[in-house]
Amino acid sequence: MSKVLIVAEHLNGKLNSSTARCVTCAKAFNAESVAVLVLADAPDAVAAEAAAIAGVDKVLTVANPANTHAIAAVYAPQVVAAAQGYSHVLAPSTTFGKDLAPRIAALLGVAQVSDIADVLGAYTFKRPIYAGNAIVTVEAPADATLVATVRTASFAAAAAGGSATVEALNLTMELPTHTRFVELQQGKSDRPDLQSASRVVSGGRGVGSAENFAVIYKLADKLGAAVGASRAAVDAGYVPSDLQVGQTGKIIAPELYMAIGISGAIQHLTGIKDAGTIVAINKDGEAPIFEIADIGLVGDLFTLVPEIEAALG
Amino acid sequence: MKILVGYKRVVDYNVRIQVKPDGSGVVTEGVKLSPNPFDDIALEEALRLREKGVATDVVVATIGPADCQAHLRNGLAMGANRAIHVVTTQAVQPLTAARTLLKLIEKEQPDIVILGKQAIDDDCNQTGQMLAALWNRPQATFASKVEINGSAARVTREVDAGLEVIDVDLPAVITTDLRLNEPRFIKLPDIMKAKSKPLETIPLESLAVESGDHLKTTAYAAPAKRSKGVMVKDVAELVALLKTKGLV
Repeated sequence: MSKVLIVAEHLNGKLNSSTARCVTCAKAFNAESVAVLVLADAPDAVAAEAAAIAGVDKVLTVANPANTHAIAAVYAPQVVAAAQGYSHVLAPSTTFGKDLAPRIAALLGVAQVSDIADVLGAYTFKRPIYAGNAIVTVEAPADATLVATVRTASFAAAAAGGSATVEALNLTMELPTHTRFVELQQGKSDRPDLQSASRVVSGGRGVGSAENFAVIYKLADKLGAAVGASRAAVDAGYVPSDLQVGQTGKIIAPELYMAIGISGAIQHLTGIKDAGTIVAINKDGEAPIFEIADIGLVGDLFTLVPEIEAALG
Repeated sequence: MKILVGYKRVVDYNVRIQVKPDGSGVVTEGVKLSPNPFDDIALEEALRLREKGVATDVVVATIGPADCQAHLRNGLAMGANRAIHVVTTQAVQPLTAARTLLKLIEKEQPDIVILGKQAIDDDCNQTGQMLAALWNRPQATFASKVEINGSAARVTREVDAGLEVIDVDLPAVITTDLRLNEPRFIKLPDIMKAKSKPLETIPLESLAVESGDHLKTTAYAAPAKRSKGVMVKDVAELVALLKTKGLV
């Protein structure tokens, strides 16, 4: 039977929805128990959020000023200590989890499964390789701790409604000081978060300039949507890199995805293939984006996008 | 200062990957092989640090079959001082790769190890982090800017929330993200010069690495295809359709 420990991702005192997605993944292999580990300076608020996720049995907290920022070299030995008695350690396949999970696995001397996209059993999973151009089935040994990252777009967030107990762990160990947080530069935005938004409007090279991106922002605001971009648009300097959607950027699964002026390179398509409805607007009717779009419209985005806004009233 | 660069050979990123009909693997016969793009960025960064006078020695290393020599010559032509080829016919998983690289670290005593954040074949994104853990040293993953200040590095990391800046004491492992730099093109005279640069071969067995190849891949499949949708003729039709679906 599986006892699962999920490492919570959080920032500025708020739990990331990726944690609830890991809970759904654990439930998919009928985990006997699910615990969430919160490493933080002051973990109480995040722990309370985690305790309210349906399906979570226990929340473990480690309060330590050294845990103020998610530094993998600092977190990993604490996770290893907390993971004793657990059969599985899961983290989301976000930059947080990707940074941390291999460090945990190496300390435990076990292999790690990256990007669980589907669950076939407690030790058997499907995951994408070659930028999503092939899906492999991997089997991990059942006699070792299973460390894995969970592809968050593949699992819905577990609902609220839980009331798990919260237990403070007292880990006494020396933590490294060789890695120091300096700052986090965040694009300031009151728009919805790209990773978890239910609607996303993305612009590509076809938008043409940073100034022109205003049309994307305007439509997004009208829809209450997050803004994304293709790698081409990021590389051209139209928008900052944290808006990039695709294999090397964010992999997302909104209910509505609008790709505007995006031709649809394979690496972009990998990032959106779990989206509910994909709308593509492009002046080139032969663009690959139309091969996977649910609704396609050929034409000039600078004419069509304002029209859509107007039609939405 | 010495920099060790991990330099993996992978199926070229322009190749359209096909899964074999029997699901036993992907077609790799006759396809073009190239350096992993993130590793090219790693090597480029090492070369720039050498050109700035920060580093003196850049060593590229790979783990792979005998014919990886040509691949390493490519790294030497780009500008590495020398190369190390750990020879094995088996494809190694990240934990084994990390344990092998640790052996090279013990031998070479580098101040910085730079790897690509992931190889574009298995997309694991693990080896650098595992190596840093086994080495008990800092890791600065997904780097988009690296500055060396004496015995520490200030690294800007591309994280989901934006750009995170951290300081790491050296020695440390750095893994590269796409925007760190644009790798240079190799010029013909450099290819000639690379032929006489030192290339050391080490059989993997001789390093006495404990295998970390614990995962079994039991099946390969093509990804599920999204079916082609409908084309609409104008905005009115598009908005009507979205309203029907309850999306706007």
